[in-house]
Amino acid sequence: MIKSSNSGKSRCRTEKIIRITFFCISLASIATLVLITIFLFMEGLPVLKEVSINDFIFGKYWYPTDDPPAFGIFPLIVGSIAVTGVSSVISIPLGVLTAIYLAEAASTNVRQWVKPIVELMAVLPSVVIGFFGMVIIAPFLQEVFDIPTGLNLFNASLMLAFMSIPTICSISEDAIFSVPTELKEASLALGATHWETISRVILPASLSGITTAIILGMSRAIGETMVVLMVAGGAAIIPISLFDPVRPMPASIVAEMAEAPFRGDHYHALFATAVVLFLFTLLFNLAADHISHKYKQVGASTL
Amino acid sequence: MEKSLKIAIKELNFFYRDFKALTDISLDVYAHEVTAFIGPSGCGKSTLLRCLNRMNDLISYRRIEGKILLDDQNIYDPNVDVVSLRRRIGMVFQKPNPFPKSIFENVAYGMRVNGFKDKAYMAQQVETTLKSAALWDEVKDRIHESALGLSGGQQQRLCIARAMAVEPDVLLMDEPCSALDPIATQKIEELIHQLKETYTIIIVTHNMQQAARVSDITAFFYLGELVETDKTNTIFTRPKLRQTEDYITGRFG
Repeated sequence: MIKSSNSGKSRCRTEKIIRITFFCISLASIATLVLITIFLFMEGLPVLKEVSINDFIFGKYWYPTDDPPAFGIFPLIVGSIAVTGVSSVISIPLGVLTAIYLAEAASTNVRQWVKPIVELMAVLPSVVIGFFGMVIIAPFLQEVFDIPTGLNLFNASLMLAFMSIPTICSISEDAIFSVPTELKEASLALGATHWETISRVILPASLSGITTAIILGMSRAIGETMVVLMVAGGAAIIPISLFDPVRPMPASIVAEMAEAPFRGDHYHALFATAVVLFLFTLLFNLAADHISHKYKQVGASTL
Repeated sequence: MEKSLKIAIKELNFFYRDFKALTDISLDVYAHEVTAFIGPSGCGKSTLLRCLNRMNDLISYRRIEGKILLDDQNIYDPNVDVVSLRRRIGMVFQKPNPFPKSIFENVAYGMRVNGFKDKAYMAQQVETTLKSAALWDEVKDRIHESALGLSGGQQQRLCIARAMAVEPDVLLMDEPCSALDPIATQKIEELIHQLKETYTIIIVTHNMQQAARVSDITAFFYLGELVETDKTNTIFTRPKLRQTEDYITGRFG
C-alpha cells in the first residue's frame, strides 16, 4: 500500500498553491478587461439622454462643439468602414498571395529570410507609418492626382494595408504550411499540377486559417488610431471618392477627448463612439474565433 | 500467356544529400502481376516506390542515377512530363488521405484536374471505380457527404478508387494496410486480387503474410540493396540466400 507520507502532503500543498497563484493572476487580467468594458459603457451610455440611439448612430452631422451640438457619428462609422474596406482590398490579396508564395513556392532559404522580415514589418510603430504617409505619400498623391489634399481615405487605407499585411500574411502562411503533406502528395499523385494542388486542395483545406488571418488583419485596421489620425484628413464627412478626407472613429476619439469637458455631453458621446468601435472589433474577433472553431483545419484522416 | 514487361529499373542509385538510400537496383516488373517489396524499415523499399512516380521530386537535395523504363521510356528523361507520368502511375499511400471533400469529389478529383468536364461520364466513372473498389454499396446513399466520415478501411478503399478513376496502368501501394484492422485489410487484399486483371500493382508491405497472400513476385530489400527477387512461392519456400530466409522466417528484421 502506498502510505501518504509527509513529503506527499507537502507536494500536494505546493500543487495547490501553484494552482491558486495562477488562477489569481489570470483572474486579475480578466477582471481588468471586464472593468474597462464596464467603465466604457458607463461613460458612454449617458449620451443617450441627449440623443436617441438612432440619431446617434445614423445622424449625418458630427458637430460636437456647436450650439446646439450635433452628435451623429454616422460619418465616423462610414469613415472607419471605408478605410478598413479599402485597406482590405489592398492587403488581402497582397497578404494571402505572399503567404501562398512563402508556403508553397519559395525555397526553404527564401522562406527562412522573408517570413521573419514580413513579421518584422508588424513591429514598425504606427506613428512611423503615419509619418511616412504624411511626409512621403501625401505630397506624392497630391501631385500625381492633382487633388486638394493628400491626407485622405486612400492614403490612410494604404498605410493601414501596410500595417495589416504582416498579420494576414503570417497567419495565412502558418495555415497553408500546416496543411498535411499527405493531402498534397495525394493530389500530385493523381496528376494534378502544383498550381491545381494549391488551388483545389491546399487553399480549401486552409481556408479557415486564412479567413481568421484576414479578419484579424481587418480588426487591426479598424482599431488603428495613430495612422488614421495622421493621414486620414480628419473631415467628418461621408466620403464620395477615394480621395475625400475621412474621420474614422478612433481618430475622432483621440483628437477630441482632450478638449471635451469632463463628463460633459461631448465626453459621453466620445465614449459612446468608443463603445461602437469596441462592438465592431468584438464582432470581428468573435467571427474569427467562430470560423477557426467551426471549420477546424482538416488534417490527415483519423482512424 | 506471354508476360509483358511493364517497368524496368536499371542500375538505380538514389541519394538523400550524401546518404545513399538505394544501391544499384535493377528489377523488372511485369504487367498484370502483383510485385511485393519487402524488407525491414529503412531498407529503401518506399524510396524505390516513390521513385517510380517521381514523388521523390518533391524532396530537395536528392540525386538519382540510373534509369527507370516505363513501357521502354525512361521516366527520368528531361522531356518526360511528370504530370502525365503520374496519371499513368497511380499511388495509394500508407495512411488513408482522402481530401476533405465529398466522397464523389474525392473520386472525381483526378478527372477534374485532368480536364474532364462531361458530368454524365464523370458520374458513371465515379460509380464504376467505387464499385471496383468494393465501396459502392456502402457509400451510394451518402456519396455527397464528407469522405472524412468514413471508417479507416473505407477511406483507404476510397483512396484506391480515387487512384483508379484516372485509369492508370500501374498502381503503387505504399503499405496500404498498415493503418487498418484485419477485416479492412482482408477487403483490400481481395481487391488487389481483382485489380491485377486490369493493373500492374507494386505493393510495399511490412507484413510477410500479406506479401505471400497477394503477390506473384516478391523482392527482398536490405540496407538499400535488392537482395533477392523471385516468384513469391519460391521466395517463401526455397529462398536462395540465407539472408532472405532469415528475414522471412523472422530470425531478424
